[in-house]
Amino acid sequence: MTGAPLIEVEDLRIDLDDGSRRVAAAEGISFRIDRGETFGLVGESGCGKSITALALIGLLRPPLSIGGGVIRFEGKEIQHLSAARQRDLRGNRIAMIFQEPMTALNPVSPVGRQIAEMFVLHKGKSWREANKLAVEALASVRVPAPERRVNDYPHQLSGGMRQRVMIAIALACGPDLLIADEPTTALDVTVQAEIIELMRNLCAERGTAILMISHDLGLVANVCRRVAVMYAGRIVEERGSADIFRAPSHPYTQGLVDSLPRLGSRAALGRSRLKEIAGVVPAITSFPDGCRFNPRCARATDICRTVAPTAEWLEAGGLVRCHHHA
Amino acid sequence: MKLRANLIIGGALFALAILVGLLAPWLAHTDPVLDANLMNAEEPPSWTWWFGTDDQGRDIYSRVVYGARVSLTVGIVSQLINSVIGVALGLSAGYWGGWWDDVVNALTNLMLAIPSLIFALAIMAVLGPGLTSLLIALGLTNWSFTCRIARASALSLKSQGYVQAATVLGYGDVRIMITQLLPNMLGPIVVIGTLGMGSAVLSEAALSFLGLGVRPPFPSWGSMLSDARDQITTAPWLSVFPGLAIFLTVLGLNLLGDGLRDILDPQSRSRRT
Repeated sequence: MTGAPLIEVEDLRIDLDDGSRRVAAAEGISFRIDRGETFGLVGESGCGKSITALALIGLLRPPLSIGGGVIRFEGKEIQHLSAARQRDLRGNRIAMIFQEPMTALNPVSPVGRQIAEMFVLHKGKSWREANKLAVEALASVRVPAPERRVNDYPHQLSGGMRQRVMIAIALACGPDLLIADEPTTALDVTVQAEIIELMRNLCAERGTAILMISHDLGLVANVCRRVAVMYAGRIVEERGSADIFRAPSHPYTQGLVDSLPRLGSRAALGRSRLKEIAGVVPAITSFPDGCRFNPRCARATDICRTVAPTAEWLEAGGLVRCHHHA
Repeated sequence: MKLRANLIIGGALFALAILVGLLAPWLAHTDPVLDANLMNAEEPPSWTWWFGTDDQGRDIYSRVVYGARVSLTVGIVSQLINSVIGVALGLSAGYWGGWWDDVVNALTNLMLAIPSLIFALAIMAVLGPGLTSLLIALGLTNWSFTCRIARASALSLKSQGYVQAATVLGYGDVRIMITQLLPNMLGPIVVIGTLGMGSAVLSEAALSFLGLGVRPPFPSWGSMLSDARDQITTAPWLSVFPGLAIFLTVLGLNLLGDGLRDILDPQSRSRRT
């Protein structure tokens, strides 16, 4: 088992069946995450980052389906496992937290019970034991007075507290991989920082790998060691997170980095406009030929409009998918 | 505190009806069946005969007290059967969808197309009269509304974040249905259930009237009401008191359902504390 990455995705394609034809909502997705590593997946809405996560945990539902490629967990293919075996992985080995802590908890069940259920479900504990473990789990995400809080219902908790509870549920069974899909989008900035800090510390303590999905390049680069940028269903660049800010290679990544406001910059002081990327993301059904970024790209030439670029290794480490990368 | 008043009044009325049924032998003044005396026939309500007497001189008060047993048994048990069937079918159909949903929908439409009383009559005709067949007949014919409600709730609930979260956390289908969907749809199910109990009490009356319910001379509110039909102008107390008993029981059940819905919703629970 040692040596094999925790999770490895190879040339994954996700099909969208719109009734008459199948189109690839995401294709050529390859990445690997090692044990205890932090990996970020960044892109605009609809670029395919969330469905990639769903594919990992076997929860793509029609009209979406896996159209090709391989997903390996600890070296074993998991995309063809039976529903029951996939269910054993979910929550136990691979856990996930969502964007909306407001709706991700069952409103009619006390939060302690919802944490305890994970121990009953995956670890075969009795309810008595599970309830004790739930108090500990709540304490570990630094919820004050956990022995009283376990009896609270979700609506009695603030957004930040709920996301802490979600983290407690997700980490209850000591998973190897935590998928965080926009975990802090619904929270305000100070709470966001606390939650991110908490998530990072807990995962580092327990050796849990994180796959973080977000549209916020700054946030992801802050949390993750490596970052992959997705555009229109393809990974366009994958780099160490320091490199991606210092020397973005793909024109799209450069656009993203340039459009981030920085403290003290001319734009932040209001003296110049923030840069933007012209145009909009194409719809899944009408991806352009060649490089999918070509209609919005300043460097686009004829080859970009006809030939899809392949992934190239960069000397500085990392991958890029562009004919004219920097 | 309107919420509480619902629960207290409704609960009290329902509890009273159940108590009366349970304590019937001690509460009744006379035997409801055997103490017929034509000398006392058609007495209006008085200190001796609280609710008056019928044309055979039987004490209406005692008969109403004993009638609670039949009416409540039929109301509660048959509605429980209905709720279990309706929730099991509707919940699974809404959650799973696909061919199972089609089957359940067809079945529900079939049940809604046949008047439930006629269907119950057919079942009674096969099983023969009596309390057990009454329970089965009414328990099998009124689940379609519960089923519709459960299916609609399951459809809307299954896209909720917490249901998807449960899927992601490795919950199985049955566990999701029981721990995530069912508790969240309990409010409307309880309300439909209490309404259903009321209508089961009325259906029992109709079937008893047709001679398919509890055999006369043993009293049920429904059969008493039917018997009193001819004398409604000459001896109105014969219909008023069993009618009042049905009315108060059904009212109590509805208020109770309302009150229960309020405490089953945790948001209104904390509003009070």
